[in-house]
Amino acid sequence: MSAMPTIRSREMRVAHDIPISKTLPFWEGLKQGKILATKCKKCGKLHFPPVADCSCLSSDMEWIELSNEATIETFTHVVVRPATFQHEKPYTVAIGRLKEGVRVLAWLTNFKPSEIKVGMKAKLVAKQTPQGQLTYEFTRPE
Amino acid sequence: MQKVAVIGVGNSKFGNRNDVNVQELAFEAVKQSIEDAGVSPTDIEFVAFGSAGAGAWYEESLPAVTISEYCGLTGAGLVRCEAACATGSAAFFTAYSAIASGYAEITAAIGVEKMRQIDTPTAMEFIGRSGYYTWEFHNFGLTFPAYYALHATAHMAKYGTTEEDLALVAVKNHKYASMNPVAHFQNKITVDDALSSMVIAWPLKLYDCCPITDGAASVILASEEKVKELKIDTPIWVAGIGYSSGTANLSKRLDYVGLEAAVQASRMAYKMAKITPDQVDFANVHDCFTIAEIMAYEDLGFCKKGEGAKLIREGQTEIGGKIPVNVDGGLKAKGHPIGATGCSMIYELTKQLREEAVEKSRQVPLKNYIGLAHNVGGTGHYCYVTILRR
Repeated sequence: MSAMPTIRSREMRVAHDIPISKTLPFWEGLKQGKILATKCKKCGKLHFPPVADCSCLSSDMEWIELSNEATIETFTHVVVRPATFQHEKPYTVAIGRLKEGVRVLAWLTNFKPSEIKVGMKAKLVAKQTPQGQLTYEFTRPE
Repeated sequence: MQKVAVIGVGNSKFGNRNDVNVQELAFEAVKQSIEDAGVSPTDIEFVAFGSAGAGAWYEESLPAVTISEYCGLTGAGLVRCEAACATGSAAFFTAYSAIASGYAEITAAIGVEKMRQIDTPTAMEFIGRSGYYTWEFHNFGLTFPAYYALHATAHMAKYGTTEEDLALVAVKNHKYASMNPVAHFQNKITVDDALSSMVIAWPLKLYDCCPITDGAASVILASEEKVKELKIDTPIWVAGIGYSSGTANLSKRLDYVGLEAAVQASRMAYKMAKITPDQVDFANVHDCFTIAEIMAYEDLGFCKKGEGAKLIREGQTEIGGKIPVNVDGGLKAKGHPIGATGCSMIYELTKQLREEAVEKSRQVPLKNYIGLAHNVGGTGHYCYVTILRR
C-alpha cells in the first residue's frame, strides 16, 4: 500500500461479544415484528434505543411497543461504504420521528432516491436479515 | 487561577507521511515547538498527549509513552486524551489546566495521528464506528461523511443552503491551503470540480470531505511567571476555553441544523474571555466537511442561525471579509489528522496572532488581536472552543 519501505505489523482479527441480557426483550421483539422501547417508571422518560437504566439514575423500567408511523427528519445516501459493508449496495440512512416523540436512526428502503424528502412519512418495521441479523428499517407505508 | 500563555508551537508537514512512523512524525512538531519556546525537553513538567486512533489506524496502543520517550520527555507527568476529532483541544485544555491550577509552570500539548497505514475502507470503518457503534454502525454502517450528510440534508431543507454553497467552502479552503506549505492539499479547485466530484454520502461529495491525513502538532504552555523569567517576546495568552458535549446517538438530538455542543462551548469561552463574537479577528473552525463550516459560522455567532451560507456566498470569511475563517486551509484542505487537529489550530492562531504567518499573503488583519479555535469531536459529540489573545 505504500511506496516507502515498511514492515508489516502482525495481523489480528477482532470481534466483540456485546452483552444484551438487559435489553433482551428488544431483540426478542424484533423476531416477532415488534419494536420495543423502554419507559422509566420513575420520571416517565421514553427511551429509544432502549436502555436498562434511565438518565435519572432509576433502573425501574417498563417495555413499551412503539407505533410504526415515522416522519423523516433527515437522510443520506451512503455510497462509499466502510470495510464491513463493502458487500452491500449503496444504502440510505434516515432519522425519523415517531408520534411518541422518540427518533429512530435506520436504513430507509423501497423508495427511489428521488422520492425521498425531508418531512415525508415512512413505516418503521422490524426485520431479520437472511443471515439472521436482527434489525429494523423504515420502508414505504402501505 | 494562574494566567497561561502559549510560548511555543510546532506543526509537522501534513499529508501522506509514510516516510515516518508515529514517533518520528511527533518529533517533527515537538522539536519545533520546544525550540520555538526556547526551553529544553527536561523543562516540561507535564505532557497531555492527544491521539484518537492509537492501536487502530496505527500500531502503537500507548503512543503517549513511545512518543515521550522518543522526544526526551520521559519523567514528565503524562496522559493520553481522547475527544474524537477534538482530541487535540482536549489535550490543550489538560495542559492548560495543569498550569492554571498551579500544579505546573511549563507543560506541553502534543497531538498526533497516523491514519494512512491501513487501507481506506478500514480507516472509514474505524471512523464510522466512532459514534454509537451498537445503534448506528452495527446494522446501519453510518460513515463519518454520512453523519455530516444528515446535517447537510436538514440544513438544506430548512434554510435553502445549496450544494453550490457547500462547494464554495471547499474552494475557499483549498485556495488557502495552496498558500500553506504544511497543508496536505496544495491545489486550488473550482466550484465545478467540487460539484462534479464523486458522491461519498449524498449530498456530500469528495471535495466536501476532509482527507485522511497523517500529521502532528505541538504546543508549549507556560505560567505568567515563567513567561517573565524566560523573557518571552510575544506570549499568546489563553483568554477563554469553553467545552460541552452532545448525545452519542444522533437520534437523541433535537435538530440536525447545528451542533448544540458548539453553541454551549462558544458561549462559555466568550464569557471567560469577556468578549462577544464580533470582537474575534479570525477563526479556525472544524470544517471536517463543508457543511460543518457553515454550521460553525452560525453556532459561534458569526451570523444568525440559517445565514451561514450567506456569509460564504458574500466572501465574508475570506481575508478582507468580516471574519476570515480557516485561512490555513482548514481540516478540509490542510488535512485532519484527528488527534493533531486541535493543536494545529492553536499553532495557526499563535502564528497569526504573532503576525508571523509564514506566508505573508495569508496573514489576517488584526484589530483586537483575538483568534478563536472551534474543535468538534464526532458530530458534536464533544466540543472545545479556545480563544487566544496577544
